Amino acid sequence: MLHDRDRIFTNLYGLHDWRLAGARARGDWDGTAAILARGADTIVEEMKTSGLRGRGGAGFPTGMKWSFMPKQVGERPHYLVVNADESEPGTCKDRDILRNDPHKLIEGCLIASFAMRAHACYIYIRGEFHAEAARMQVAIDEAYAAGLIGRNACGSGWDFDLYLHRGAGAYICGEETALLESLEGKKGMPRLKPPFPAAVGLYGCPTTVNNVESIAVAPTILRRGAAWFSALGRPKNSGTKLFCISGHVNRPCNVEEELGIPLRELIERYAGGVRGGWDNLLAVIPGGSSVPVIPKAVCDSVLMDFDSLREARSGLGTAAVIVMDRSTDIIRAIARLSKFYKHESCGQCTPCREGTGWMMRVMDRMVEGRAEPEEIDTLEQVTRQVEGHTICALGDAAAWPIQGLIRHFRPELEARIARTKSGRTTGPLPLAAE
Amino acid sequence: MAEEIEQPAAFAFDAASEAEIARIIAKYPPGRQASAVIPVLYVAQAQMRRSSGSAWVPRAAMDAVAARLGMPPIRVYEVATFYLMFNTRPIGRHHLQVCTTTPCWLRGSDEVVAACREATGIRHWGETSADGMFTMTEVECLGACVNAPILQVDDDYYEDMDAERTRALLAALRRGERPPAGSMAGRQGSAPEGGPTTLLTPAQPGGAE
Repeated sequence: MLHDRDRIFTNLYGLHDWRLAGARARGDWDGTAAILARGADTIVEEMKTSGLRGRGGAGFPTGMKWSFMPKQVGERPHYLVVNADESEPGTCKDRDILRNDPHKLIEGCLIASFAMRAHACYIYIRGEFHAEAARMQVAIDEAYAAGLIGRNACGSGWDFDLYLHRGAGAYICGEETALLESLEGKKGMPRLKPPFPAAVGLYGCPTTVNNVESIAVAPTILRRGAAWFSALGRPKNSGTKLFCISGHVNRPCNVEEELGIPLRELIERYAGGVRGGWDNLLAVIPGGSSVPVIPKAVCDSVLMDFDSLREARSGLGTAAVIVMDRSTDIIRAIARLSKFYKHESCGQCTPCREGTGWMMRVMDRMVEGRAEPEEIDTLEQVTRQVEGHTICALGDAAAWPIQGLIRHFRPELEARIARTKSGRTTGPLPLAAE
Repeated sequence: MAEEIEQPAAFAFDAASEAEIARIIAKYPPGRQASAVIPVLYVAQAQMRRSSGSAWVPRAAMDAVAARLGMPPIRVYEVATFYLMFNTRPIGRHHLQVCTTTPCWLRGSDEVVAACREATGIRHWGETSADGMFTMTEVECLGACVNAPILQVDDDYYEDMDAERTRALLAALRRGERPPAGSMAGRQGSAPEGGPTTLLTPAQPGGAE
């Protein structure tokens, strides 16, 4: 179990002063100039050594991502863009950083930008986070006024500007290239890669897009050392992580714990356990809505880290744990996610634009059992035709929850169909031809 | 936009809006003022709320945004209709945005929806109540899932809702009151009910080497 002294987000719940004075008392902005004095390359190496993997869902090593930026600044300036478009169903961790620990993020923005030779950074925050954006702006203004950012930031000789930019309600903008399009004033439609943002990003300039949590943990890692961070968690899954535990638990909450904590321990120790007890558990979506659901038998022993969940054919994603007890209509729970992806598809790629609508309509019929048993296979095949056939990962994200449902709860789907058939007098319905 | 809505013939930014627009445009490099389209559309929507009581972006306002940012109007229409938070038709005084995505649904968003319907007389999503007080919109995940279910009223999140709390909130709004946003169960942010189980030792500087 993680000790309080190893927790990074010491104001996670907003019990203390979120403003500059409070942040400083908690250790933020301590020796920042000395960290910058180590030099950009040393900082990137330290981040690599820490083993930090991106906290936005994909789990790509953060230090390595930083190293992809050009080593020299050419004609085009470099940019850091922070993805604060937190919208993955189940996920509400960045919100706590933005509203309760904004200075950790600002300090991280300065250090990361310096390490990537960027003089400017944009934080792209989801539009609905109105109160969080207001606080963030106050914190940015405080940092400017105190000389921590702006000209000669922290007395380091590095000029650094930080801007907050609000989105306007589009899940797709959490995808890094859609986010860049949106930031340029366009519809949030993902770009083809390559070129990758490190070569051609914001305004055609070298750009790195990082999640809020990835950036906000950087200053603490650099202060306490890569060895401290990598000693926490499990090999290749190092460090602490913010977990969001929602759904059918007695006390839903956010909590910071070590990666690799058993799922059961996470739920029972911090969220008051499953409603009605562990044996009343049906299934868990362990990493935000995009990752496949896992049934209780897997939940009994699975560890909460990137590699363990991948072995269980799911994923850590954003570490948003959505718990469902035995009262849950699991087909409806997943069908609602199909509706979500249908709503959020940007419409650019045909397999996703058409596929998400098709999957939603079939899932809606599955909820009522208005289907033929063989349509379960048809549905599964269609998810395979969407997965991997789109510019961005939204198509995959729409496919995986349904694949997880069919993999683990096929008997539920079949029973629902059989029940409807037995109580039905009309003829067979057309085969999903809508 | 093609639907038959009474569109104001003209729209001009007022002094307060102009001051805000100047601050916004300064955030982006010269020649990149198109980046300001979303924030400036917000300015337009806020001005409509101030001037008409309804937060929406009429066609004339989109044209004003296009003129102000030197963009073809169609690029502004595209953005205004792509992003959900711009209302392209008038809405009621309060915008009830109910999250029904799975984490909220598991915690009883159906109950919140029903209570909103009952209290406002609204039957379908997107409708405005007969008295013009409320518009109801179904929204996707608001990103506050450990405090589900969420009812967003205008810009504010009301969290840990149920039918009873929804009825009380709407009654207060009718009386012209504005209850403080946040957890209606009295929770401290995202901490578990009953209080935190971590971060119990006094916060200590993480800077010690």
